Amino acid sequence: MTRTPEMLHVTVQRGTANDTRTEHFDVPARENQTVLDVVSWIQQEADPTLSYRFACRVGMCGSCAMMVNGVPRWTCRTHVSRVASGGRLDIAPLRNLPVIKDLATDMDPFFDKWVAAEARHHPTRGRLEEFDPIKPDAPDRTEANLGIECINCGICYAACDTVAGNPEYLGPAALQRAWTLLNDSRDADRPGILAAVSGKGGCHNCHSMGSCAQYCPNGLNPMRAIAGLKRETVKGALRGKRDA
Amino acid sequence: MKQPPRSHPLWFAFVLHRISGLALALFLPAHFWLLSQAITAPARLDGFLAFAENPLVKIAEFGLVFLLAVHMFGGLRLMALEFLPWSDRQKTLAAGAVGAALFLSGTFFLRAI
Amino acid sequence: MLDLQLYMAQRLSALVMAPLVLGHIAVMIYAIQGGLSAAEILGRTQGSLLWFLFYGTFVVAVSIHAAIGVRVIAHEWLRLRGIALGMLTWGICATLLALGLSAVFAVTLP
Repeated sequence: MTRTPEMLHVTVQRGTANDTRTEHFDVPARENQTVLDVVSWIQQEADPTLSYRFACRVGMCGSCAMMVNGVPRWTCRTHVSRVASGGRLDIAPLRNLPVIKDLATDMDPFFDKWVAAEARHHPTRGRLEEFDPIKPDAPDRTEANLGIECINCGICYAACDTVAGNPEYLGPAALQRAWTLLNDSRDADRPGILAAVSGKGGCHNCHSMGSCAQYCPNGLNPMRAIAGLKRETVKGALRGKRDA
Repeated sequence: MKQPPRSHPLWFAFVLHRISGLALALFLPAHFWLLSQAITAPARLDGFLAFAENPLVKIAEFGLVFLLAVHMFGGLRLMALEFLPWSDRQKTLAAGAVGAALFLSGTFFLRAI
Repeated sequence: MLDLQLYMAQRLSALVMAPLVLGHIAVMIYAIQGGLSAAEILGRTQGSLLWFLFYGTFVVAVSIHAAIGVRVIAHEWLRLRGIALGMLTWGICATLLALGLSAVFAVTLP
């Protein structure tokens, strides 16, 4: 019979981008405890200078995403008992993003790539025109719906080794969002989206290693969306050659 | 220091595909050079072929055929993922690709020894 | 890093090579029966247009495919960029083409 350890041995990455260090804390173990509880305990009881982000603390906003024992997770939805073997926890800021301080990263590159992928709606109609009826079970709408629950928490971006190796790569979230708009019959700039995802940092860099789908807390599948983008860009290129 | 996310089957498939490709790319120049000796120095080629009867070389050849087969089946799986309607059975396909590669290279090995 | 054109070249060369690889492995399984020698190889391939086309296509396709593949690895794992990356890609393609075609000629020229 295993005894629940009384104390958790927690290592936390501290410091700024150019000056990181690892600090060790002993945190009281509780029967029901999330990693966010652990981080909050450290900041409230041990070291008030610890910087970290959270908001809803119930698994809806994605603000609390961090690397827990090397895996990107929502800390508010990660039970310590599930991830701490031998009572050890290693907590670090989300990978592939610049560190502002301690566990808080700069999300700007993540959002900039969202824009760079043309993953925003390009309207076709104004408010004085008839609205565009969309059938919810239309095939393109069904495909788009698979990706719209993304709350842009950055976990897929942190999980992806291609993002790690290729700083220009737009990343799973931005590309998935572009795919949802490509499948939106109300979007006016299909060619623009296809061009945006065909550049040096585009969808063709994806190696389908699937870490994005493996770790997405919402159960989304950016890899599938990126495969769709690859299909559409190749189709567009072949069609273009035939027209030329 | 940040570590990569814990490995999962599709990630292993990716790493295997990359490593096998790299190994083949490094092997090919030697392979081509040796074959070109057929005209200019056939004795050297024969000498190497005799040396290649060595069991250790046979095992290395099995390894090479395995790398080639696994790279090809892995690549075909990738292209199926990209261009055919989506299948959730990707992990099964990945395992199947490795299995087929083992079978092919095993056949080669058994014929070779 | 790949854009659409490099990606398509990679996929197309892969498709071209799929039947060639299967053929090559089958030929090898057959050819190594009872040992192998230079004379035995040349006996089968010398003067053969078919083998020239088969392995010639194989060499061209693999030169493109391997060059792009190693390009991606050099970019993601070795942080190679810009001109150096381009030179590496073309260099690998040229080397494999030169060595490969010399091997094809070596065994198929009459």
